[in-house]
Amino acid sequence: MLENSLLIELYVFVLAVFVGFEVITKVPPTLHTPLMSGANAISGITLLGAIVVALQADGSVGTVLGLAAVVLSTVNVVGGFVVTDRMLRMFRRTPR
Amino acid sequence: MEEIDVQLVVGAAYLVAASLFILGLRRLGSPATARSGNMLASVGMLIAVVVTLLDRDVLDLADVAVGMLIGAAAGGLLARAIKMTAMPQLVAVFNGLGGGASALVAASEFYRISGDASLEMPADVSVTIMLGTLIGVVTFSGSMVAFGKLQEVIYTQPVTFPLQKTLSAVLFLGIIGAIVYLIVSPGLPAYAAVVVACLLLGVLLVIPIGGADMPVVISLLNSYSGLAAASAGFVLGNMMLIVAGALVGAAGLILTQIMTKAMNRSLFNVMFGAFGAAEDQLGPAGAEGRHAKEISPEDSAVLLGYSKSAVFVPGYGLAVAQAQHQLKELGALLESRGVSVKYAIHPVAGRMPGHMNVLLAEAEVPYDKLYDLEQIKNDFPDAEAVVVVGANDVVNPAARENPGSPIYGMPILDVDLAHHVIVLKRSLNTGFAGIDNDLFYKENTSMLFGDAKASLAKLNDEIKAL
Repeated sequence: MLENSLLIELYVFVLAVFVGFEVITKVPPTLHTPLMSGANAISGITLLGAIVVALQADGSVGTVLGLAAVVLSTVNVVGGFVVTDRMLRMFRRTPR
Repeated sequence: MEEIDVQLVVGAAYLVAASLFILGLRRLGSPATARSGNMLASVGMLIAVVVTLLDRDVLDLADVAVGMLIGAAAGGLLARAIKMTAMPQLVAVFNGLGGGASALVAASEFYRISGDASLEMPADVSVTIMLGTLIGVVTFSGSMVAFGKLQEVIYTQPVTFPLQKTLSAVLFLGIIGAIVYLIVSPGLPAYAAVVVACLLLGVLLVIPIGGADMPVVISLLNSYSGLAAASAGFVLGNMMLIVAGALVGAAGLILTQIMTKAMNRSLFNVMFGAFGAAEDQLGPAGAEGRHAKEISPEDSAVLLGYSKSAVFVPGYGLAVAQAQHQLKELGALLESRGVSVKYAIHPVAGRMPGHMNVLLAEAEVPYDKLYDLEQIKNDFPDAEAVVVVGANDVVNPAARENPGSPIYGMPILDVDLAHHVIVLKRSLNTGFAGIDNDLFYKENTSMLFGDAKASLAKLNDEIKAL
């Protein structure tokens, strides 16, 4: 039944969406901005795809497109994680 | 044999990385563990990137390494330099870059397969490429417009023109038609036309949306950037991209839902309603004949300094006036006099979900003093004093009392139920939604006019002198 790889991928996608809903509904409103910037960093996962296409593309245009994708997604990954950390560092409890 | 081993290692490492993402997001469930959660997710990302680079010819990697260095330097610099008030702009830019990168991945695949006569383009591959292009490009151009509006480099009011929705719909149908054509006969010119049309569609979808609705738009574009990554995963058959993209897609969708609920609007209404546009008819309530009571900093100090409990309601105006630190000082002064102080944060208090909480955290307000709508709701009737700074629509009782008001039904902070309300404001101007605020004319409300930062500083001096 699961021989079609696209179908397997769809299964994984849908299940991951459900996991995402479960985990993220538990994030309190006070952390919604760091959640968004952190999620942003995670969406920079496209970097893996960018690396793959940059290395396999033979023509110059395909390679240039892939390399551009590498640059953009790395900005996303590094910037996203760093800025999220910067924000979360500021969250402090009342000192007792 | 060796080929299979590498596949296994990569697959297993991706599974570990995906688990770290989920565990990391789970640790964002509390401010105490959130920082370690972000660390976990970044370790997951590092693992995923390193195994992707494994088993490649080192010589080939030079270009990729340079690209990553440039990206890391730019991202790191941006993340360190950005002001906390500008966080929505930064997130908008990052959303756009993520979408753009995913679209470039799809485009590179299209170019490679269509350019090589020996390669076939099966229908499922071309469908995923087209989907990846559509979502990625729309995310990119839509996010850039959102950035422009937030940074106020372009007109922040809703931009509408006749037949706008029709144009968007026609454009969308045209894109779908062109995609179907491309699936049947792949060709570069038609593909380029689709990319241009998608760029235009992204612009058309965001320009009619007003500044007050930006929290919804950013959340939605955040979701799109995840879906774009997932669709790039479908293009390449990469499970890691699919899982991570799905998680981000879900996160953005939840935030979108929370934001629309906080505004009592439907997503459709936000996207196509052009709320706050100049031609909108405002509510019948006018300021004529109604009198707002004014209060001096001295009297405010007495009122606040001798009360038992105070609730602060900060809005984006606080951030505009850069008065977070003065508000924090006021809180500290009152607490030293034995007044219990709480901060009430409406979901749309800032320009993105949770924005006000970050701004207050930066001013060193402890997070356990911040309360959201549900948590603070029952405190207002007992609160002796409420201080509203730079908030307007989210404290307008018309949302509860006036069925004719455009914001009727929107969940608000019921500050008018408190014994005394002090509103810090420049003038009696209307808020983002352009609606007059009944709160200002209530019996128990007093207005402290002036710049928020200056007013708070004066108030603090008066309290010190008590």
